[in-house]
Amino acid sequence: MSTIHAEEAGAAKAVPVRTAPHASMWRQSLRRLLKNKLAMLGFAVVAFMFAACFIGPLFSPYTDNKINMAVMNNAPSLKHWLGTDALGRDVLARVLLAGRISLTVGLASMVLSVFVGTLLGVIAGYYRGVVDQLVMRLADLLLTIPSLPLLFIFGALLSEWKVPTDYRMYIVMLMLSIVGWPGLARMVRGQMLSLREREYMQATVVLGLRDRRKLFNHLLPNLVPLIIVIATFNIGGAILSESVLSYFGLGVMAPTPTWGNMIDAANNMIDFQDHPWLWIPPGFSIFATVIAINIFGDGLRDVLDPKQKR
Amino acid sequence: MSNVLEIEHLSTHFHTEEGVVRAVDDVGLQVRQGEIVCIVGESGSGKSITAMSVMGLVEGPAGRVAGGRIAFDGIDLLKLGRNELRTIRGNEIAMIFQEPMTSLNPVLKIGEQLMEPLIEHRKMSKKAARKRAIELIGEVGISRAEQIADSYPHELSGGMLQRIMIAIAISCEPKLLIADEPTTALDVTIQAQILDMLRRFKEESGMSILLITHDLGVVAEMADYVVVMYAGKVVEEGEVVALFENPQHPYTKGLLKSKPIINQRQDELYSIPGQVPNPLELTPSCYFHDRCAYCMDICRTQQPVLKDAGNGQKVACWLNEEVTPV
Amino acid sequence: MSTYITKRILYMIIILFAASFLIFCLYALTPGDFITGNIKLTPERKAELREIYGLNKPVIERYWTWMKNAFHGDFGYSLAQQKPVLTLFNQYIWNSFLLAIISTFLTWFIAVVVGVFVAYKQYSWIDTFVMLFLFAAMSIPSFFIGLFLIKILAVDWKWLPPGGMLTTGSNATGLAYVKEVIHHMTLPVIVMTLLGVGSLTRYFRSNMIDVIKQDYIRTARAKGLKERKVLFTHALRNALLPAITLVGFELPALFGGSLIIEKIFNWPGIGQLYMQSFTLRDYPLLMGFTMFIAILTVIGTLLSDILYRVADPRVRL
Repeated sequence: MSTIHAEEAGAAKAVPVRTAPHASMWRQSLRRLLKNKLAMLGFAVVAFMFAACFIGPLFSPYTDNKINMAVMNNAPSLKHWLGTDALGRDVLARVLLAGRISLTVGLASMVLSVFVGTLLGVIAGYYRGVVDQLVMRLADLLLTIPSLPLLFIFGALLSEWKVPTDYRMYIVMLMLSIVGWPGLARMVRGQMLSLREREYMQATVVLGLRDRRKLFNHLLPNLVPLIIVIATFNIGGAILSESVLSYFGLGVMAPTPTWGNMIDAANNMIDFQDHPWLWIPPGFSIFATVIAINIFGDGLRDVLDPKQKR
Repeated sequence: MSNVLEIEHLSTHFHTEEGVVRAVDDVGLQVRQGEIVCIVGESGSGKSITAMSVMGLVEGPAGRVAGGRIAFDGIDLLKLGRNELRTIRGNEIAMIFQEPMTSLNPVLKIGEQLMEPLIEHRKMSKKAARKRAIELIGEVGISRAEQIADSYPHELSGGMLQRIMIAIAISCEPKLLIADEPTTALDVTIQAQILDMLRRFKEESGMSILLITHDLGVVAEMADYVVVMYAGKVVEEGEVVALFENPQHPYTKGLLKSKPIINQRQDELYSIPGQVPNPLELTPSCYFHDRCAYCMDICRTQQPVLKDAGNGQKVACWLNEEVTPV
Repeated sequence: MSTYITKRILYMIIILFAASFLIFCLYALTPGDFITGNIKLTPERKAELREIYGLNKPVIERYWTWMKNAFHGDFGYSLAQQKPVLTLFNQYIWNSFLLAIISTFLTWFIAVVVGVFVAYKQYSWIDTFVMLFLFAAMSIPSFFIGLFLIKILAVDWKWLPPGGMLTTGSNATGLAYVKEVIHHMTLPVIVMTLLGVGSLTRYFRSNMIDVIKQDYIRTARAKGLKERKVLFTHALRNALLPAITLVGFELPALFGGSLIIEKIFNWPGIGQLYMQSFTLRDYPLLMGFTMFIAILTVIGTLLSDILYRVADPRVRL
């Protein structure tokens, strides 16, 4: 029995040149992302949060953290949009300054855990054998121990060792990435293993390409979309984790304000009941930022990771 | 003989991000009782979408039937409500698909899947349906029917699964069976068995078959009447012998020429140059013009319509027009 | 299948050994303990107590003792509560379980129903709306939503009690007792369900969407089956199948309590016990708890694997 040969002939000519469609693939993804209204809204909110926190305080007359007994615990007013705290400090200014820390911690610990997770995942997935065993068993071990108690121990260690509050922020970033990398490494490794099996990788073996070239020219570019998507969601996760730690007094501590430790005001019965402007705004800031990041991340995934497309 | 199926001016469109794809564009065809009609074409020619339109299974919301008439036994299927159409589907019109391996539900037993249409359309009891299901498994030439009824699809081979698909399709004795590339995914030896079986069932029950394929060998073996589709349009149709002996459209000629013939070794197998046009970039023209060896100026700017070409054939080609319009 | 499981169990034991050592070291190396932190004790008494509890021995030796006892079912002795750790667990764990089982059940129920529904209505406005709600549920800081709801529903509107499991000083029995507990658990259950429902519903929705696109769904429709039957017999079974693996992963959450929620709602569960002991640096209890969760996690993973193999006819070995 015969088949139509025109079909195969056409297919043979349509084999894409590897380098050419790459730039256009990114451009096409960007175009589709710009069309996704919900994702763009998410992006706008994130951008607004960053701008408000990093630029906003420059326009506020209350950023000096000066104690002002005359305006203690004032309710929101025209002068102080979100009221003042027990020391007479402007809550809005503090929320924005806290946002700087919370956003920085979220971003930095994401970069750290994505870097470590990707590196180890790629190494494990590429070289396999003993290296793979070592990395993945370590990841298994860390995944076995519940992360919240683990973070709490680290937090307690910091307090016992009397780490200066200025440095705690950096150590918190480190802590979050220690907890964050194993899941990521596992995912990247899984992806690597499936990429290795694909036909075009087999083709590079046939062509006798060197390890490094295989890795950088063929494997990594295919991992990048996945990593970008995970990284985006990771920022939101890190902001949430930091807030939990700081709320329980084990993360970044006063006087450095973060959204988490500002909500600590709710632990005081009077502030909790009568001064809700002290702890509700930072809570909503976390909520708004994380939901915006998640929505944007979902839009990114639709565009970059078509397999996961809804 | 009366027409079981009459399709007139059928258009099915897909609304994509880049624009509207006219997957089926003003297509007409008839299937008479007891006849096997083959739709031939490359992938993307709209032959499967035509079948799905008949079944009312075009995937929304992107795809929808934009217009036309699909008359089955004189009833316009496009005017029926969802529920009325459902009672015809699987009952009077049945369908089998290209990939038997994925067309059966992996978590349900073969028997259960065979019983479903019997219970749904024939209102059989579970017990009666199971009995009939086991008979049907035997009828499609599988031994150990009881045992097969209790196994899961992954335990069977592709050829066996396609037999099961046929058993499901003929279970309610349909008037029309649509077979979409039923043998493409199978080994050559099994292909012949499946085709034989389809023909046998047709002869026993007098049903009609609309067979969709890109395989001219299958066409030669099975078809009474052939419809050639290209880029969503019918370009030529006719009785199978006439069409094979005297193809009129350059595309049909190309198809037949690219078919290897035993005992006539050629140095190089012919293939039609070029590729199927991008369905988003179609302009009023003969869609085949850039692959056609006889392309004229008019082919680039005006679309030919399907016209009688004598010998019971119809063809849509400017070469066939007696008076060339300006 | 049995060799596979034996292998998995062996690996599980090795991982647990490593985890126990890591957990022990982390807690043992943390400076300050229950005795040091207690200002009521004289230095002599402190030294005496350290001797009694073996805290002055080297870490490795202490770990050895701890493990030896653990094998005999003795997970140590809580210094703050003066009770064996296991006794305390038994006392608190069922409160945690009550909260967890109800909210887990609600979460799964809502997730399946809503997930199937929005998958079927994909791209409609209701789908977008539900998705936004789910994103919101996934993005709320758990402690904040707890505090916020207490403030609104309990403090301001006085609809529900702000925390605890019983009204202070209550000695209700029988049906009145049950009613009181239900009244108190409403708020924490709402919060826990809200926190869990986001990702699970999205999971079911995307599973369902993948399944609906499969060839066998087209076959089912081509057979003329009712849409309800296509969705619930043909699609849902396939969409639920991979979710079976999640059942195992719920294990630590079911018995391990929730540190944050129990703390916020002052629920007398195992998570709350942990948080209390943490401030007191009651290390035997903290270690016991962490190890307990680690064991649950490992067993849960194994369970998931086995369940998946049992459930899917294709991977039956």
